[in-house]
Amino acid sequence: MNDMLVGKPLKRKEDQRLLTGKGRYVDDIRRPGETYAVFVRSPIAHGIIKSIDKEAALAAPGVLGVFTGKDIQRDEWGSIPCGWVVTDRQGEPHKAVPHYALTPDRARYVGDHLAVVVAETYEQARDGAELVEIEFEELEPVVTLAMAMEGEQIHDLAPQNLCYDWELGSRAEIDAIFETAHHVTSLDLVNNRLVPNAMEPRAAIAEYDSGLDSYTLWSTSQNPHMLRWMLSGSVTGIPETKIRVIAPDVGGGFGMKIYCYPEETTCLWLSKVIDRPVRWTGDRSESFLADTHARDHLTTVDLAMDKDGTFLGMKIDTTANMGAYLSNYATSIPTYFYATLFAGCYKTPVIYSNVRAVFTNTSPVDAYRGAGRPEAAYLIERVVDVAAREMGMDPIDIRRRNFIKPEDFPYQTPVILTYDIGDYDASLDEALRMIDYDGFPARREEAKARGKLRGIGLACYIEACGVAPSQLIGKMGAGAGLWESGQIRFNATGTAFVLTGTHGHGQGHETTFGQIVADMFGIPIEDVELIHGDTSQVPMGMGTYGSRSLAVGGSAIVRAGEKVIEKGRKIAAHMLEASVIDIEFEQGLFSVTGTNKSVTIKEVAERAYVPLDYPEGLEPGLDETAFYDPGNFTYPAGTHICEVEIDPRTGVLEIVDWVAVDDFGTVINPMIVEGQIHGGLAQGIGQAIMENGVYDPESGQLITGSFMDYCMPRADDLPSFRVGYTCTPCTHNPLGAKGAGEAGCIAAPPTLINAIVNALDIRHIDMPATGEKLWRIARDKIAAQ
Amino acid sequence: MDMNGEKVINAPQALVWQALNDPDMLRASIPGCQELERTGENGFEATVKAKVGPVSAKFAGVVELLDINAPESYRISGEGKGGVAGFASGHADVKLIPDGDTTTLVYTVNAKVGGKLAQIGSRLIDSAAKKMANQFFTKFSENLEGYTPETSSKAAD
Repeated sequence: MNDMLVGKPLKRKEDQRLLTGKGRYVDDIRRPGETYAVFVRSPIAHGIIKSIDKEAALAAPGVLGVFTGKDIQRDEWGSIPCGWVVTDRQGEPHKAVPHYALTPDRARYVGDHLAVVVAETYEQARDGAELVEIEFEELEPVVTLAMAMEGEQIHDLAPQNLCYDWELGSRAEIDAIFETAHHVTSLDLVNNRLVPNAMEPRAAIAEYDSGLDSYTLWSTSQNPHMLRWMLSGSVTGIPETKIRVIAPDVGGGFGMKIYCYPEETTCLWLSKVIDRPVRWTGDRSESFLADTHARDHLTTVDLAMDKDGTFLGMKIDTTANMGAYLSNYATSIPTYFYATLFAGCYKTPVIYSNVRAVFTNTSPVDAYRGAGRPEAAYLIERVVDVAAREMGMDPIDIRRRNFIKPEDFPYQTPVILTYDIGDYDASLDEALRMIDYDGFPARREEAKARGKLRGIGLACYIEACGVAPSQLIGKMGAGAGLWESGQIRFNATGTAFVLTGTHGHGQGHETTFGQIVADMFGIPIEDVELIHGDTSQVPMGMGTYGSRSLAVGGSAIVRAGEKVIEKGRKIAAHMLEASVIDIEFEQGLFSVTGTNKSVTIKEVAERAYVPLDYPEGLEPGLDETAFYDPGNFTYPAGTHICEVEIDPRTGVLEIVDWVAVDDFGTVINPMIVEGQIHGGLAQGIGQAIMENGVYDPESGQLITGSFMDYCMPRADDLPSFRVGYTCTPCTHNPLGAKGAGEAGCIAAPPTLINAIVNALDIRHIDMPATGEKLWRIARDKIAAQ
Repeated sequence: MDMNGEKVINAPQALVWQALNDPDMLRASIPGCQELERTGENGFEATVKAKVGPVSAKFAGVVELLDINAPESYRISGEGKGGVAGFASGHADVKLIPDGDTTTLVYTVNAKVGGKLAQIGSRLIDSAAKKMANQFFTKFSENLEGYTPETSSKAAD
């Protein structure tokens, strides 16, 4: 019998491997006879392909083939799909523009895939790619959101480059509210474009077995089963039984590795054409150009209030960038993962949003840590702060006045979602206590004496995790259900394999799921081995994103465990010569009620596989699978408060304190959760003050295409975060868990921007609030005095 | 990328004009120029090795002289491809203003770059271009010493 592990900060099982260089990533895998693919990418943002001259490349040493989009099209491989249909204001589906692995006709962004060169070595493939001559008829690139609807049309299917014009709520109703409002706060916001920059670039190896007529694809994927499904069902027509996708150790995903990409699709095709394994590993420059980017919104938000600062209605108008093609879930991010969160933590009775998604000649945009919720939290928590300023109210008071209160749950928001539980005052109270809010004026004075401008800012965020209840997302246009599968397979010696359709790529699933299963059966965590990331081993799965792995995947494992216990009770009843209804199970022991007769799970497992004396009707084996479809999203929420100091002479910003109080429901491993918060905060702070993906507005060239120009946060840019928790357990899953992966990234931008505007005593500053911007504002203010 | 400037050259306008139309002079003066051949009355083919920040590449390109108003002004227009390093294209308006035995060369450059050159080198393009322009004029002025149109026509034969 061991102590309960759930709730303990166990060190991560996987770190022995990952921190000692024993991880096995796609690029570590070698296949006999492998060849190398290098892509010829478009150097221009927009142009019709006039000709592609392969001759010189084909003659180069080691080159085995040069292929273009026309070659793949001859095999009738279709478009990479966008799996989420968003219906526009006229009731029409979004413009589903084609996205071929290699573009057959036109280059639509710098980095677009024009041709691929396969050679014996990487160097030969690279040299070959240099020799492919492509002539274009250049077209005017459409680069910025502002120019999208007037610019050159990028896809035949999409006039005015409009993917959809979508709304949620009633325009007439919101207009009526605004007419009666005492005050309206309006704010124009930029949600800056981000480049995800996972530590491990994307990579793929495809191998075709002509004997079996089947393919194996090793990919840096967050969801191997979904990748297989899309490749089979949408792109190739190859049966799923003939495609095996393996996602081994993956070095960070952040959403960017959810998708079916042109590179792995092309490698799969090439593996049969070349009839040898084909490998591709992206370099950092390719990652910048051709990984999906994120965010990139222009928004106007209007908040209507009565004279006491009670919210009456909110109106949101957003233009969202889809980039040049639709990535798999791109359409859903600025709609159903964004506008459905506009209630925030508040009882705003009427909300209307209008989102126009447009195509531009830039890298495709899709989910990235938070995926729609950071954009929602940023606009809500910024406009609420500005409203407090305009109404002459304390930013704490205006929030408390409008909070959904504990007695209001379940709370039906005006934007589809129903929150099951929460206590927003509790996390606000705890955060105020931890940061010593009342002591701030003294700290500000002390900073002033040192010549520094000190500011404080907070954000009370909410998000929706546990993607997702299939019925609900089906109504929203999703093309797949988002249940999860879990399997627990006991071995004859009492150890257990746990198979999950989620995929760990830094989240510590081996440990967290191990803790759950070890506790459930009273066995050591060392006896639990997690299997994930291989479509040939795990029966089915939907992958990892949207902080769903624990809430959905973990719940599926619990359900499978319950089935194992039910089966175990039957075996134990036989072993103990008792009736099944008299067998109870606790902490690894099956016992007969009211007696001291018991057998361990280990003994039961052994008997399950050595059924020499089994009675008729009792089935051998102890291996159960469950599929879990959540009843609702989960709704983590919390309050983050930070304090900053700005040196007005230099614009240098220091984050001097950061308090994060989150309600994630049940926490399985607080150390892993804290790590998730830290990582999310780093990325959110990066968005707020450093990161910005910029294309040259005239040429469409990505001019922040390396770490020289795209500023990533480093350890010394960040404070020592202080983390606290409140807990209202999720009401509808067996773990009571909500999800913690994205909270930091969602809470950080509004928290930090609110602190910066507080320090500078200004109304607004757009992200990224770089040192240069801060310095200019401080300089102008000093000059005005 | 836009760049403009002027340079006083220690030679009369006619001679400077002659030299600016002489492939040998250009080849000897353009930094990193490995080949430059006349392909028509006003066209050239050139290979130039250039380095912008961490990106170094050999650019193969064509150059054309337009709006020729001898011996006062022309536009030199060209584009070069550097494989995966990207491409550069643009034009320069060049004007020669005589001042006795010297000539003031006034230039306006408008250029664009693409591919890796833009991705990695954007912030370095301006300084790299200025440096190349300076190197060109220094070398060009040096090469003009002892230059006569006759040596040019011999070279052209």
